[in-house]
Amino acid sequence: MKRQHWQTTLALAAVLAAPLAAQAWEPTKTVEFIVPAGTGGGADQMARAIQGIIAKHGLMKQSMVVVNKSGGAGAEGFLDVKNAKGDPHKIIITLSNLFTTPLAQGTPFSWKDLTPVKMMALDEFVLWVNAETPFKTSKDYVQQAKDRANDPSKRFKMGGTGAKQEDEIITVAVQQKTGARFTYIPFKGGGDVAVQLVGKHVDSTVNNPIEAVAHWRGGKLRPLCVFDQKRMPYNNKVTDAQSWADIPTCKEQGLDVDYLMLRGIFMPGGVKPDQAQYYVEVLRKVQQTPEWKQLMEQGAYNTTSLEGKEYADWVAKEEQRHVELMKAAGFLHKK
Amino acid sequence: MAEIEALMHGFAVALSLKNVAFMFVGIILGVIIGVLPGLGGANGVAILLPLTFSMAQSPGGTTTAIILLSCIYWGALFGGAITSILFNIPGEPWSVATTFDGYPLAQQGRAGAALTAAFTSSFVGALIAVIVITFLSPIVASFALEFGPPEFFAVYLLTFCAFVGMSKEPPFKTIASMMIGFALAAVGTDPVTGALRLTFGTEKLLNGFDFLVAVIGLFGIGEILLTLEEGLEFKGARAKLSLGVVLETWKELPRYWMTSLRAAAVGCFMGIVPGGATPASFMSYGVARRFSRDGDKFGSGQVEGVVAPETAAHAAGTSALLPMLTLGVPGSPTAAVLLGGLLIWGLQPGPLLFVEQKDFVWGLIASMYLGNIAGLIVVLTCVPAFAAILRIPFSVIAPIIVVICAIGSYTVHNSIFDVWMMVVFGVAGYLLKKLSYPLAPMVLAIVLGDRAEAAFRQAMLVSQGDLRVFFSNALVGTMTGLALVLLVWPLVTWLLSRSRASA
Repeated sequence: MKRQHWQTTLALAAVLAAPLAAQAWEPTKTVEFIVPAGTGGGADQMARAIQGIIAKHGLMKQSMVVVNKSGGAGAEGFLDVKNAKGDPHKIIITLSNLFTTPLAQGTPFSWKDLTPVKMMALDEFVLWVNAETPFKTSKDYVQQAKDRANDPSKRFKMGGTGAKQEDEIITVAVQQKTGARFTYIPFKGGGDVAVQLVGKHVDSTVNNPIEAVAHWRGGKLRPLCVFDQKRMPYNNKVTDAQSWADIPTCKEQGLDVDYLMLRGIFMPGGVKPDQAQYYVEVLRKVQQTPEWKQLMEQGAYNTTSLEGKEYADWVAKEEQRHVELMKAAGFLHKK
Repeated sequence: MAEIEALMHGFAVALSLKNVAFMFVGIILGVIIGVLPGLGGANGVAILLPLTFSMAQSPGGTTTAIILLSCIYWGALFGGAITSILFNIPGEPWSVATTFDGYPLAQQGRAGAALTAAFTSSFVGALIAVIVITFLSPIVASFALEFGPPEFFAVYLLTFCAFVGMSKEPPFKTIASMMIGFALAAVGTDPVTGALRLTFGTEKLLNGFDFLVAVIGLFGIGEILLTLEEGLEFKGARAKLSLGVVLETWKELPRYWMTSLRAAAVGCFMGIVPGGATPASFMSYGVARRFSRDGDKFGSGQVEGVVAPETAAHAAGTSALLPMLTLGVPGSPTAAVLLGGLLIWGLQPGPLLFVEQKDFVWGLIASMYLGNIAGLIVVLTCVPAFAAILRIPFSVIAPIIVVICAIGSYTVHNSIFDVWMMVVFGVAGYLLKKLSYPLAPMVLAIVLGDRAEAAFRQAMLVSQGDLRVFFSNALVGTMTGLALVLLVWPLVTWLLSRSRASA
């Protein structure tokens, strides 16, 4: 009874407030923030950081809860948002599985079922080897990998996160550009992958900066090149000798592969423009905070951030690129 | 001894009034989280993580924040045992093995003794693990690096085989139950190709069968059904309700020092590797049954059968923080969330954490000592209160348990489908118990099945399909060999007894 009473009061309040609400929409209940990946991974960390920043600076009147829906390589989370058409109290953070999961599994969803809100950042990928190996540039390493291409038992082992996702796509792209061959071994999380490389159970990885930085600083891993068109902008020394900006791009070394991973926010399809705009404003404020800037530097993120049509266009282009990359790799779902 | 000095400094950091207050808050929250099935330690820590974000900004705040979160973790480790013992419903994965002897004890009216034994051994396990962390962290951390895919598979194989070989149940029933578990674990995403399998085209099965839902159903609902059949009363109603039971049990516990030590060794090993607290508790229970003089009586309410899994689970849960701090590899789901916390607070786990963040690391280690003492005090004083729950008439408590189980199943993935799955598992659990199939091997297989599969297939990729990789070095060879010996152990004893009988 009490609950009903409250609902009536809320409905009444909503009616009274309607003329005001027409100017600026605001959430009227707790907002669900979906993470289509497990706890502790990169997307989860970013979602929880955003939630923490919003709570600390009081950027939203309603609270926000982070919910992990990682089943089926993230399909669980995406389908949940797809089925919540028109619900303005749900947002989702995406990684590359926005493209790779439906392409590889044939799961029925696409980014077109969602409303793009804001690109928060892009995650870089770096080619890492164990520091005890002699390889100083990606050229040396790839050359060796090429020499070993014909004997499957001697091929270099590339460790990566998940199957037919970003790490394996990059690996295949490197193979196609150079003629080198790797044995790709999928692990569950980026942290595991980095440790497998430190323990020399694999020969190289394409870990995100934040996943491998601790071992780089500890002198266990060596970055060869970054899969981006330009170098990372962070000049503060990370190790005694090097900063993120000192890592050359792969292209500089003749390995013409670049790949960045989307860390962006979406809403369900069919939400009103002012509802999406509300989250754009909140997320803009998040990006202004010192905590956010600290997170960006720590993870050496590419801070490109897009909104509105630009963002949608970027996503459309990126989807097309994934179709091509995955088609070339033979990863597309066969019906 | 540089470690002692650093530790003393850590105590100074951890013993501020604010930190001690948060320690108790964390423990109490953790116990509650541990008691509620479904709401695991990982969820609890994840929910509170953003709150600590603003806490971590103040000077020394990161230490307070990690103390709060890690104390929730200790609390959940303690709390998981409570419902296992009282109702045969494991609140956490690692307390499944505690039900084997804990629940029979409670039925005999010795709930207080079982709880005291569980809490005390949890404390002992944690203490030994913290001592290991304090003095051996550099050596231990490098040991974890030895583990590649073949080694991980060998650890899982060892756990499975230890269970088959040391089980009291007929080996074939154990294996049958385990195989059903493997089949259930295979549902969802294939770890190596990324394809979906056994989902029958429905979205509901994308996530596979969650271990927690299975446990809540098999044990919790299954147990309620059994009790309904046997008449509506609790057998544990005679439980003594004074704190004296704590002292009485303490007098009994030193007898099991050898079991404790073995369990702590198994626990530390599994935590550091990192295999996790759940396999540690199962393996330790199996080992204790094999080596104990009263091994035959295990499962009928032996205090020793509570000591072994609880010591190991807590030792593993504690030492799992070591690979997280030194390598950035979480040894348990909760450690994974804590790891995310460290990164958000601006701390980089890894080899340099011990050098650059001395205050933080040693404050945390000191809080492990203090947090566990605080935890022990909190839970032991509550023993009579917990035991008193059994005095509530079954007709009152049973509906409450069912509701809590349903909420727990729902919480795992916020899905009503899981509640139905719980009911199905409940009926299955009831039937399997009636047919005297052991449930534990199935649970073990659901927990570790996909991890074991992933490790096996990764190893096969590494070796290009050559099985000799499981004997390729001393470490993996020893573990695989030991596993195989344990597997055929029942066969060997059977043959021996037969040849003796005929001679």
